[in-house]
Amino acid sequence: MTARTLFEKLWATHEVVAETADTPAVLYIDLHLTHEVTSPQAFSSLRARKLSVRRTDLTFATLDHSTPTDTDQLFGKIPIRMESAAKQIHEFEKNCAEFGVELLGLTHKQRGIVHIIGPELGLTQPGKTIVCGDSHTSTHGAFGALAFGIGTTEVGDVLATQCLLQRKPKTLAVNVEGALPFGVTAKDLVLAIIRELGVGGGTGYVIEYRGSTIRALSMDERMTVCNMSIEAGARAGLVAPDETTYAYLQGKPHAPQGPAFDRAVAHWKTLPTDAGARFDRQIDIDASMLEPMITYGTNPGMSIGISAKVPTQANDEVHAKALAYMGLTAGQAVQGQPVEFVFLGSCTNARLSDLRAAAAIVKGHKVAAGVRFLVVPGSQQIKHLAEAEGLDRVFIDAGAEWRESGCSMCLGMNGDLVSRGSYCVSTSNRNFEGRQGVGARTLLASPITAAASALAGCVSDPRSRLTA
Amino acid sequence: MDPIHTIRSRTVVMPSSNIDTDQIMPARFLTTTTRDGLGKHLFADWRYDGRGQPVADFILNSSEAVGCQILVAGRNIGCGSSREHAPWGLYDYGFRAVISTEIADIFRNNCLKNGLIPVVVDEATHASLIETPGAVVSIDLEHCVLTLPDQSTVPFVIERFARHCLLNGVDETGYLLSKSAEITSYEARTQR
Repeated sequence: MTARTLFEKLWATHEVVAETADTPAVLYIDLHLTHEVTSPQAFSSLRARKLSVRRTDLTFATLDHSTPTDTDQLFGKIPIRMESAAKQIHEFEKNCAEFGVELLGLTHKQRGIVHIIGPELGLTQPGKTIVCGDSHTSTHGAFGALAFGIGTTEVGDVLATQCLLQRKPKTLAVNVEGALPFGVTAKDLVLAIIRELGVGGGTGYVIEYRGSTIRALSMDERMTVCNMSIEAGARAGLVAPDETTYAYLQGKPHAPQGPAFDRAVAHWKTLPTDAGARFDRQIDIDASMLEPMITYGTNPGMSIGISAKVPTQANDEVHAKALAYMGLTAGQAVQGQPVEFVFLGSCTNARLSDLRAAAAIVKGHKVAAGVRFLVVPGSQQIKHLAEAEGLDRVFIDAGAEWRESGCSMCLGMNGDLVSRGSYCVSTSNRNFEGRQGVGARTLLASPITAAASALAGCVSDPRSRLTA
Repeated sequence: MDPIHTIRSRTVVMPSSNIDTDQIMPARFLTTTTRDGLGKHLFADWRYDGRGQPVADFILNSSEAVGCQILVAGRNIGCGSSREHAPWGLYDYGFRAVISTEIADIFRNNCLKNGLIPVVVDEATHASLIETPGAVVSIDLEHCVLTLPDQSTVPFVIERFARHCLLNGVDETGYLLSKSAEITSYEARTQR
């Protein structure tokens, strides 16, 4: 039999109807995750066509995007301040009830950012196809699942038929070798990969991250890498499942249990790319050459090592426009740039390991005067685990705000916003103009760079605060 | 959805590359629960200043943009968020086609499902369109041909099934629903 890639195996086992020149493949979806922002119009379409949700058992719902992270608003002590957000949340609650979709509602202990709770609950598993009306669905690819973001019309298609019409994408291997140097995290690695590929370089491809560096990453770190695949234009990123994956999933509530788990592992072991399988394209990354990364521009490809200077690109209007927006000039260092906000959160970097790494830097220190440091755990479960370890006290004692889980300041839909013209070191995934608020200036970085910057009051190299 | 065969219009040119969907439709307008009325928020942060006044030199605020149905944009338009609110806003504003050298995957899919034709052209054609804002261009979906102001023609590629749907004013959901028997049989066969 011909050697096949992980992607090709995932694709082949989910084709309900194979593609032809005239029609795309009908692809079966094993897990459909939904949230309040990209589903209302899909439920309306279902209602208009008098359709039901085909597989409520494969559909899960959570509240994250426009959801308050303020405790009193979340738990109903005071009304949700943003009226439009409140309306959207309530409409979602109604839709889920009417169509029989299980919703992890506002006060549910398992609620959280959709891409954090899927893995955490064991819903995300190797070999599955997973979609959500959110581009960061690529996160789930860390488990060897084919996971990608879809639009709202497609959300409706999946609700009604559990299938999508898809043309087969091409495959791109990103081979990463070399140990990550001291102070260099998975976030820095993926920022370097995006810089290498460019923000459109992955368009039309599914990425498989391969090589010894990737194998050595924890599941949390693999999720950070896969999460940002879309920032290189690739709808999906994959990491082949291995012992790290199985160990993570064992005992998770929705993962197979007992003998069923062993059978599942035996199947998952057949998924990795066969020796000799061909990719449409390959790139190589030497991780040992990296340093902590920081963005300076208005897309995630515009990044530099923290000790480097903002590049000069003559006659490049996009570069010039980005620097004007950011209030930075070519040739200057970003390190040392004063900041008014630091955001530790988002589906990229709000897992327990991210909070621990940041807390280790913050512990016993104070957030610099004039800096608002918002810490937003990725899920309520992570929040409670962090509190059991005392991480909340570390952040609160330092002067940070400790919030309920949600997407929060990554996109500011719930009112957690960066003010106009202010700089924010953010562990999220997008530094687009206005992403964190109108006129906000986002500097993407790792959790430890964010923590070090919060203490210094300016963009700061985390290595000086780490003990080797 | 109404069938679409040909679009003939002057162009609006936005030459920047990597115009992301956060620019096309900023997140604060995503709390809507309908598809309607998003045209007024299209490119809101480039179109209006901090006091909500139109930014004088932004193309959509110029009289030349009125009635234009074709947006010519720099490379990789539609990158970022999967929000379908971006094509909903473009359509509501009046656009019926987007031309670039590269169009981001999710955005392209979303356009096709909302009566917006994504047209990918070569660098030279793109450069000529960028240089001549307001040029009258015609897009023939049936024959997949773009006709430039000098009457020269450029073929373009569009996924065949999506083209069929646009030409006939039908949507993909109906097709998927017609595959119900195959889906049921797949579920039984694979124990899903």
